[in-house]
Amino acid sequence: MAIFNLTVNGNSKQVDVDPNTPMLWVLRDHLDLVGTKFGCGIAQCGACTIHMDGAAVRSCQLPVSAAEGVKITTIEGISEKGDHPVQKAWVEHDVPQCGYCQAGQIMSAVALLKDNPSPSDEDIDNAMNGNICRCGTYTRIKAAIKTASQNV
Amino acid sequence: MQNQFSNLSRRSFLKSSALAGGGLLLSFSWLAGCKPNTEELLTLPEEWFRMNGYIRIGDNGVITIMSPNPEGGQNIKTSMPMIVAEELDADWSKVIVEQAPLDTENFTRQFIGGSQAIRVGWTPLRTAGATARLLLMQAAAKSWNVPVSEIKTENGFLNHQSSNKKAHYGELASLAATLPIPEEVTLKNPSDFKLIGTSKKNVDVPKIITGKPLFGIDYKKEGMKIAMIIQPPAFGMKLKSFDASQAKRMPGIVDIFQVKSLQDDYKRTFFDTVQFTDLIAVVGNSTWEVMNAKKAVELEYELMESYEEKRDMFGREGSRFVPGGLESDDSQEQKMQEASKNARVQRKDGDPETAFARASQIIERTYTAPFLVHNCMEPMNFFAHVNGDKVHCAGPLQKPELTEQALSNRLGIPVENIEIEMTRLGGGYGRRSYAHWLIEAAVISQKVNAPIKLIYTREDDMTAGIYRSRYQITYRAALDENNDLIGFHINGGGLPENPLHPNRFPAGAVENYLVEGWEVPSNVTTGSFRAPRSNFNASAEQSFLDEVAEAAGKDPLEFRIELLKKAKAKPIGENNDYDPDRYIGVLELVKNKSDWGKQENGISRGVSAYFCHNSYAAQVMDLKVENGQVAIQKVITAVDCGIVVNPDAAKNLCEGAVIDGIGTAMFGEQTFEKGVPKNKNFDTYRMIRMKEAPKKIETYFVENNVDPTGLGEPAYPPVFAALANSLYQATGKRIYNQPFSKQISF
Ligand code: FES
Ligand code: FES
Repeated sequence: MAIFNLTVNGNSKQVDVDPNTPMLWVLRDHLDLVGTKFGCGIAQCGACTIHMDGAAVRSCQLPVSAAEGVKITTIEGISEKGDHPVQKAWVEHDVPQCGYCQAGQIMSAVALLKDNPSPSDEDIDNAMNGNICRCGTYTRIKAAIKTASQNV
Repeated sequence: MQNQFSNLSRRSFLKSSALAGGGLLLSFSWLAGCKPNTEELLTLPEEWFRMNGYIRIGDNGVITIMSPNPEGGQNIKTSMPMIVAEELDADWSKVIVEQAPLDTENFTRQFIGGSQAIRVGWTPLRTAGATARLLLMQAAAKSWNVPVSEIKTENGFLNHQSSNKKAHYGELASLAATLPIPEEVTLKNPSDFKLIGTSKKNVDVPKIITGKPLFGIDYKKEGMKIAMIIQPPAFGMKLKSFDASQAKRMPGIVDIFQVKSLQDDYKRTFFDTVQFTDLIAVVGNSTWEVMNAKKAVELEYELMESYEEKRDMFGREGSRFVPGGLESDDSQEQKMQEASKNARVQRKDGDPETAFARASQIIERTYTAPFLVHNCMEPMNFFAHVNGDKVHCAGPLQKPELTEQALSNRLGIPVENIEIEMTRLGGGYGRRSYAHWLIEAAVISQKVNAPIKLIYTREDDMTAGIYRSRYQITYRAALDENNDLIGFHINGGGLPENPLHPNRFPAGAVENYLVEGWEVPSNVTTGSFRAPRSNFNASAEQSFLDEVAEAAGKDPLEFRIELLKKAKAKPIGENNDYDPDRYIGVLELVKNKSDWGKQENGISRGVSAYFCHNSYAAQVMDLKVENGQVAIQKVITAVDCGIVVNPDAAKNLCEGAVIDGIGTAMFGEQTFEKGVPKNKNFDTYRMIRMKEAPKKIETYFVENNVDPTGLGEPAYPPVFAALANSLYQATGKRIYNQPFSKQISF
């Protein structure tokens, strides 16, 4: 166990955990931020996607020891009122079915649009390739990303 | 208009009105029609008045509608309350939707399964709305001293024109709540629907997109511990001994012990399927610590003996032979081949033998499909707190009512002392009907005497069983010299489940018809999987009919219509389980919307149609194969599911069915090596991803006033064959075995 000082959604947080603990479980079990989801634990599904200094990373693969000194953003922190253009587009297209994968999808989409505000279909396919949706909402996700790209 | 007995008992009414609660629940809920901005929430009422189990009306006119069934992505948490609101004439923008807990007194059939929520809920939900509306009208009549027949309702208001009186529902709710429940109410004529048939946004989306706790895996309670289980590595094995002395000393570990989920002498019911009942439980303070300790437990397993499992199948005595031994793909296949030679007749019309003897052309093809894993994105989990003789559970499950019985039996605690809260399901698809993990969670909680949340890792989830069965069907078709289909022979079965629906199309359309089925016992546990059995039948049958049409020199879509017309004009045999007109209806619709017959350069198209869960669906798929890579351009789906409650949500569900169907057909597969499931996580169990999804999906509904039928499943089964048939057009190769990716790169 060791103490780690983290910056999550702009707030300073301190946790006392095993250095190998993935950020996924630090967020969910220790910081009460359960929006970031567990899907596979091996970087295959994207449900756990968060931002590290703005870039999308799989939090199941990010040990807490590597998360100090960077800015961590989770689904709870991308906007104050749930009104980020990507979130708004998600509402407009009524994207979710079961909804479980959607936090991860949104985090990947936000990171994509930050780097590439007007992505092509292929850019979207590539950026979203790490996010599985078992319910099959891919066409709506893509449409929502295009709508959001007009408003970022 | 339709008169309906309200069936809402005075007793349950009195009991519920006594429960009329304050605004406490509001903080967890968003208004149905609301955007995710808190300031847009309406002011809370000071007092709530309970009209019945479904409806509470606040003194300020805000209405809470309970959604009775669990929500797993079918969007019933929006569409079921819409049905209530329609008959209530409520203002949807002032409706708050709440998930009801398991409550058998106020609600019926709180299930997910068989695409039945809307179909079965249709009349009760409408009646609940209409009853509350009538109570409000009676209250208005009483206080305004006018005849009830002169009162009109609209958008949450009552009015009486000639006396110029008007009031919102909240103003009369307190009086309405004291009136006796009417015995009979009149339901609207569907042509008067205002809300049903309009698209309303999913009421949970604001929470989903902001990461609010909604799912079982998010559930937390003061003092809660995390638990995980260790199950045997192979089907056919069971726990012999274990040594956790080292693992117990690891940081954050509370205890490690052996648990028995279902007792050996327990008479299981239909959904009590689980192979591994002797497990190791690891309980600790945090998920990561428990995951690590799990790996440090030393385990020894032994071979399991064969046994006979007795079951209560909804009142019918059932039994299942569970063979010992470690099964592998080859050994399973061999047994399936043997069993197919000893099939039993499930349906016979005319004289199939003679028909085949005089055929001028016989086509015979065999189709196979492997075990499938449900792979809900939210791994299995459940919260349980067994506190003396009281039980509180919360989490995602499809059949709470049935699980409650099993739980009561296992713990020896009466059902009245068990409370089950239903959280949103991160996918179900049948998997969460088999709630052994809820029993496991409760047994673990009882043992450690603390609230616990049981979580399966993805590996636990993928190797725990309850798969879709392994199937095989051989079809034979006899064509005469005029290319008329004169004989049809189906020989099909599965390990362990037989997939056949002997009375479905093309039964009824062919003079000489033979259906033979078989089963092979297995110790691999299986269960319902989105559109059970239909998911394979449709893929095999609709691929085969395509080939028969070709052999007969006919257009595949017209060939299906021709057969259906025959079945309509002169149905062969008895118990034919479909309506040819509605079947033809979806084929005509998809033909029209796809401009069937039009040739586009480089585009290959295939068609498929199926009937299941009381609804009809047809698809046309357009794809290209470039440099050996498949690219799906467009899928058009036509569905007849009667009245569509929430069209955009219904389309979403059908789009999902299309993508899920393509993914499963291409990649879905679980296989075994000496009892060990080969795929344990998404690195080897391939799932469809965005780039493989169709570029465009269009969905159309047949417009009619038939009471709603299923929608969660019907659009799924035909997709497989639409894909196989369009791939054939593109490559000239027929595909007989799933997953298709073994034969074509995708
Ligand atoms: S949980 Fe991290 S990628 Fe699946
Ligand atoms: S919405 Fe269910 S997994 Fe994506």
